[in-house]
Amino acid sequence: MVADQTAPVLELEGVRKAFGSVVALADGTLTVYPGSVHALVGENGAGKSTLIKIVAGLHKRDAGTFRFRSKDAQFSSTADAKDAGIAVIYQEPTLFPDLSVTENIFMGRQPVTRGRRIDKQAMVEEAQRIFDRLGVNLDPRRPAQGLSIADQQIIEIAKAISLDAHLLIMDEPTAALSGMEVERLFAVTRSLRDEGRGIVFISHRFDEVFDLSDTITVMRDGSYIGTVKTQETSNDELVTMMVGREVTELFPKTPAEIGDVVLDVEDLNQAGTFHEVSFTVRAGEIVGLAGLVGAGRSEIARAVFGVDPYDSGTVRLNGRTIPKNKPTAAIEAGMALIPEDRRQQGLILESSVAHNIGAAIRSRLQKLGLITRSSENHAAEPWAGRLQVKTAAMSMNAGTMSGGNQQKVAIAKWLATDPKLLIIDEPTRGIDVGTKSEVHRLLSQLAGEGLAILMISSELPEVLGMADRVLVVSEGRITAELDRSEATPEKVMHAATARHEQIREGAAA
Amino acid sequence: MSSTVTRSETEAPAVQNVTLGDDAPRTYRHYHRPWWFRAFMTTEFLIIALLALVWIWANISVDNFSGPLTVRYLLLDIAPLMMIALPMTLIIITGQIDLSVASIMGLSSVVVGIAHVEWGLSLPAAGALAILVGIACGAFNGFFVAYVKLPSLAVTIGTLALFRGLAVGLLGTTALTDFDPDWTSLATASIGESRVPLVVVPVVVLILIFVILLHFTPFGRGLYDIGHNDLTARFSGVNVARSQMITFILSGAVSAFAGIYYTLRFGNSRGDNAMGLELEVIAAVLLGGVLIFGGRGALHGVIAGVLLIGVISSALRLEGVTVNVINIIIGVLLIASVMTPQIVAGLQRWRPKKGKVTP
Repeated sequence: MVADQTAPVLELEGVRKAFGSVVALADGTLTVYPGSVHALVGENGAGKSTLIKIVAGLHKRDAGTFRFRSKDAQFSSTADAKDAGIAVIYQEPTLFPDLSVTENIFMGRQPVTRGRRIDKQAMVEEAQRIFDRLGVNLDPRRPAQGLSIADQQIIEIAKAISLDAHLLIMDEPTAALSGMEVERLFAVTRSLRDEGRGIVFISHRFDEVFDLSDTITVMRDGSYIGTVKTQETSNDELVTMMVGREVTELFPKTPAEIGDVVLDVEDLNQAGTFHEVSFTVRAGEIVGLAGLVGAGRSEIARAVFGVDPYDSGTVRLNGRTIPKNKPTAAIEAGMALIPEDRRQQGLILESSVAHNIGAAIRSRLQKLGLITRSSENHAAEPWAGRLQVKTAAMSMNAGTMSGGNQQKVAIAKWLATDPKLLIIDEPTRGIDVGTKSEVHRLLSQLAGEGLAILMISSELPEVLGMADRVLVVSEGRITAELDRSEATPEKVMHAATARHEQIREGAAA
Repeated sequence: MSSTVTRSETEAPAVQNVTLGDDAPRTYRHYHRPWWFRAFMTTEFLIIALLALVWIWANISVDNFSGPLTVRYLLLDIAPLMMIALPMTLIIITGQIDLSVASIMGLSSVVVGIAHVEWGLSLPAAGALAILVGIACGAFNGFFVAYVKLPSLAVTIGTLALFRGLAVGLLGTTALTDFDPDWTSLATASIGESRVPLVVVPVVVLILIFVILLHFTPFGRGLYDIGHNDLTARFSGVNVARSQMITFILSGAVSAFAGIYYTLRFGNSRGDNAMGLELEVIAAVLLGGVLIFGGRGALHGVIAGVLLIGVISSALRLEGVTVNVINIIIGVLLIASVMTPQIVAGLQRWRPKKGKVTP
């Protein structure tokens, strides 16, 4: 099906993009031919989204070649990319809810009659023609409000067709769809392919990738790994390409003595977010919380720590019940949470290193109710030292430092509380490789000292390399509990998507 | 039985033993600037320097400014401004605002008047009642801002009208003037034989309380965190809602106290007392280097800001300049002070344009 003799519609080679000191995309390489569905796979953080955003005109590349329809391309806005013939369909489309389906399709380029008035009749007819061609049954006159996500995606596709897009990029389009909706989307996608358009399809689900695509490109850590024909590859080969390295080598996990239960979460529920969540974390144990982005892992952690409320259930630390929705009480009891988003939740970027490290222990720093800058400096300095924070002085603003150093400050801030349980959400997101392994060594050491650690991570190798036990979360439920010895990428991935499959089968039946 | 969560030192894991890397833990300088830089190269010190300059200019070239009565009236005049600027600083540092302070002063003036003149309560009792009313007003504001999470700008514009309406509604257009003369003369009395008014004592006490509260307590540290990023503050165990509630209650209480002083100083209780004072308070706080978006500011700057407004007003009044012109000058100063950080940032960003780099 791949038309090798025709010129590719999209050619990317060695495309690079860095945000500050963090390289999000080191070597983006992708060649898409017309009449082909090209799957782009990789773990979270492999650089797929950055690559797509460059093609869509959202980001500017720092280096590399980018050719579209055999011409060098440099889009400075999404409008540029759209005009050139690139359409992107996101997981959750953004339509104008109060406008009709037709108006949404033709937004900004409505056909006009001779009197400069919008030709409504022509628009509706054209929309109906597109829907007929796609074989979908949608009323072009109805408002977009209340349409399912699947239907909204169809409207986005219709928009792409009316624009006569040459390249259609679908970023995890099936994440929120039911089984039948996926089937319809795939049918539409195939008919677009047969019309000679190039299609890029991003998905975490291997069954869909094998079902729909003819070519697969694998990315890892911001780099191009390889391109294979779908018919000539297998599930195992893809996983090996995605995970790549021998995971044990990179992660210096030393076995620690596992002690008593420190955290005991029992039947935690929050309507619409997570359900029937029960687990324990023991002293000296690192428990990994794996799953897809949006599965509810961070939400569970936040509820345990008390930043978010929960409807029912109990959280116990060393046998004592922790009141819900009270982070102050959780900290007092010996809980620490290093949040996912350092910049918005972990640190005050405009404040000094000393202020940040001292932020969670102020009640202990005070003498007769008073706290001084000097007491903060004296309390914070040893922690900065232990974590080898690179800063000129304790008075430097946290915002001036690199991501890796900011993360060290965040860790120092929470270790200073002398916790018994450390919850760490995405411990190495957006930090350089050197600091990454430092953080991993630190976590291992902390567990060795008897700290209970709950680690949330979207990086599979990190979870498999660091955790003594892996809990897999899917759609707000714990779907698997795997011991270190039995945890493999396939098993985790399967559990992380398992529930979707069950729902889909149920809907298809 | 609700669990009391306490920690015992023996159970804690030995996190202190852990270090990163093989090197010995490094040490750090506490400050990257020398002490004089931290003390003098600040917005606050700029305002203090400006205050000194204006003071010297007024002493030299404004007739009668150096006379003994000027300082006395200056202090009597700015006392309410100084008092209310203190809790206002706390509120603005958390990124909120309280526009209802002058209305609370008016309401407090009416309450103390009715309780003392009409009901015959002693002045301390009437004053205590007025302060309770002020606390209630502050708690009302605080409830909607901290717990209902409404924007303070909207809430306190509403209560600005609401409290003022209550004040005028209770007393109509009449004024109560029949106050115990012992108390009215106390409001303008001096300390001993000096010409320093007695009201300076409560003002200095309040300043000390607020300086300690803002700059030397965990509560004060938390206010800055809330102003910068309330999510981080919450993750760090700062009780955001309670802190906001406390700042608004303080504002209500201090405004009510200022209202009592205002009433006794002029010997009358009226619903429209201190109308519009909230703008002067906010102007003084911003002039003192407090960032309107929250997170930045210090009380020595605010005190200098209040004094600067007081000195400029009294010097220009002695020069025969009309109130309108004085307001114009203070308005320009205010905008200039709010713009200064942006101008500095703009200058730092500005670079001569280089030729376009093509990849």
